[in-house]
Amino acid sequence: MNPSMDTPMDKPLTDPHDAGHHAAPAGLWRWLTTTNHKDIGSLYLWFAAAMFLIGGLMAMVIRAELFQPGLQVVQPDLFNQLTTLHGLIMIFGVIMPAFTGFANWQIPLMIGAPDMAFPRMNNWSFWLLPVAATFLIGSLFLPGGAVSGGWTMYPPLYLQGGISYDLTIFAIHIMGASSIMGAINIITTILNLRAPGMRMMKMPMFVWTWLITAYLLIAVMPVLAGAVTMLLADRNFGTHFFDAAGGGDPVLFQHIFWFFGHPEVYILILPAFGIVSTVIPTFARKPLFGYRSMVYATASIAILSFIVWGHHMFTVGMPAGMQLFFMYATMLIAVPTGVKVFNWVVTLWKGSISFETAMLFALAFVFLFTIGGFSGLVLAMVPVDVQLQDTYYVVAHFHYVLVTGALFSIFAGLYYWLPKWTGHMIDERWGRWHFWLSAISVNVLFFPMHFLGLAGMPRRIPDYALQFADFNRIASLGGFVFGASQILLLVVIVKCIRGGEPAPARAWDGAEGLEWTLTSPPPYHSFAKPPEVR
Amino acid sequence: MNAPGTGNANARVRERLLWLALVMFGFAFAMVPLYRVFCDITGINRDEAQVLAINTQVDTSRLVLVQLLANVEDAAQWRLNAPAAAIPAHPGELIQVDFELENLADRAVSGHAVASYAPAVAARYFRKIECFCFREQHLAARERRVLPVMFVLDRQIPPDLGVVTLSYAFFRQVKT
Repeated sequence: MNPSMDTPMDKPLTDPHDAGHHAAPAGLWRWLTTTNHKDIGSLYLWFAAAMFLIGGLMAMVIRAELFQPGLQVVQPDLFNQLTTLHGLIMIFGVIMPAFTGFANWQIPLMIGAPDMAFPRMNNWSFWLLPVAATFLIGSLFLPGGAVSGGWTMYPPLYLQGGISYDLTIFAIHIMGASSIMGAINIITTILNLRAPGMRMMKMPMFVWTWLITAYLLIAVMPVLAGAVTMLLADRNFGTHFFDAAGGGDPVLFQHIFWFFGHPEVYILILPAFGIVSTVIPTFARKPLFGYRSMVYATASIAILSFIVWGHHMFTVGMPAGMQLFFMYATMLIAVPTGVKVFNWVVTLWKGSISFETAMLFALAFVFLFTIGGFSGLVLAMVPVDVQLQDTYYVVAHFHYVLVTGALFSIFAGLYYWLPKWTGHMIDERWGRWHFWLSAISVNVLFFPMHFLGLAGMPRRIPDYALQFADFNRIASLGGFVFGASQILLLVVIVKCIRGGEPAPARAWDGAEGLEWTLTSPPPYHSFAKPPEVR
Repeated sequence: MNAPGTGNANARVRERLLWLALVMFGFAFAMVPLYRVFCDITGINRDEAQVLAINTQVDTSRLVLVQLLANVEDAAQWRLNAPAAAIPAHPGELIQVDFELENLADRAVSGHAVASYAPAVAARYFRKIECFCFREQHLAARERRVLPVMFVLDRQIPPDLGVVTLSYAFFRQVKT
């Protein structure tokens, strides 16, 4: 069988001799026991959507409290719990699972594999996540409330809290195990299950970025697990890794945490680079400019991410030599990142561009992620960072890279691949509304935070001085609109699943790659026989 | 479902990656001693390396001689020694002097030091960060103890005060 670009493979579902020789269980049991990469990909994405709703509601409460000075909506203790959980949920419950969902759906389709390498482990690594999320969110209802010491889990606060702190540490362990298993699965799939002719340097950019991300995950999630294990031991078993009362060093925790934490931010953004590198060439109708340099830039960002963790802790009392080292190393990362932005822009150059919703989000990503990148460069400078540490400037920076960066790329990926997954084209009109409302309101939400930070407003506070009132009000209004706009996304997704214009195998005329040789939606077991890649 | 032969290859990759994860888990704990060793070898975190913490408020153009005096109420029971008769200090400079207190008796005693300054106007220019006169001292029988005093002479100290005296008198605490 030679599935060329014109003959979609729809055999496996209909052919009784082909892979379909077990009756698929129906209902809830199907989702609990599934080992199918598409089912698990959908589970990951729905899980991320549910967490996005919960974490987003928390953000709405936070913005409502900050709408005006004084305490109106929540008391400081609950406010701190909400900021902490918002951070943990958005990172570990939304961005990471959503990208893993994309990986599950797309990597086997893109490299011509029948499924992931370890389908049962795949099932397990997903079903650990709802357990961890239950612990995390359920801790809100425990005596003393949820963790309130910030998502970075710094001692001494994390040594002093109540039962919810132990539960959160346990949840982190579970999510770490899930991520490591997912990463092992992805690496093995990419290394071993590529179709004949799919050489490494022919792999789609999304696959490359996920391969590198998966290596980062395996390298640093165990370090986070070690760090929280030490916290757990300090809390319960009388050790003194970080407990100053027994000769421990709280700054040591920050070193270990950020050794995980900085590669983690690239875990959150490298797959985004992969999605944008897929979407932009499609709608510019040109191949990606500088594929090889993209691969090398991704790899060098990943390697550099291991030697820059100190820039998160310039103010802890670090020797000047180390501050200089971390400052220069951090600025060095701007070079491969600049290569990427350059390549995206040159891909657009003289392309036949059309502005489907997926493309709009990808273009917004390039603009707005770059703003976040530049404010990162500002924060990389030690003397500036000493002023801006723990202010709203930092909040503005990481929301620009994580919301208009990672999250917008997830939106772009959804609008791009939903026709492939559901077999229906998306409703572009609703999509455009979602895009414009999101893209405008997200800037109203986060841009004033730069000014608040420069004026000295500290982060993680429920109340603030009067001079910050105007910009906070603007940010809150933007926040409410941004939050409400996400209902449109849900509508688009549900509409797309339930019906709509049927999507052809190649849903976008500029799309390249193996996934577009399959029908939309692809058969339950894709590529039972490996396709030939020329 | 896999192509024939990939099962073993997959298990091999999985095993290697699991080892990598395990090694990195151990590395998190190894960082605890590694940081100390790294700083010891390179010397990057010694006190003098914290160059950003330099005190820029020292007035090096002036030098004030600080005379140190120490007296006890009952010389048979206590001994309080000043580290030197006098030390030079720049205004704005952080100075540490270590007094030595010794209990000569065979029983535990408590006492309190009272500071006085000469000339009296100098008192308002002594900025003490740490002083044993801040709290009561309890000494076991025959105990000897080093008592640090840290102070900064205010930069506003009048230029005609070339010599000032810091004097401590140690009194036994009367049990009530």
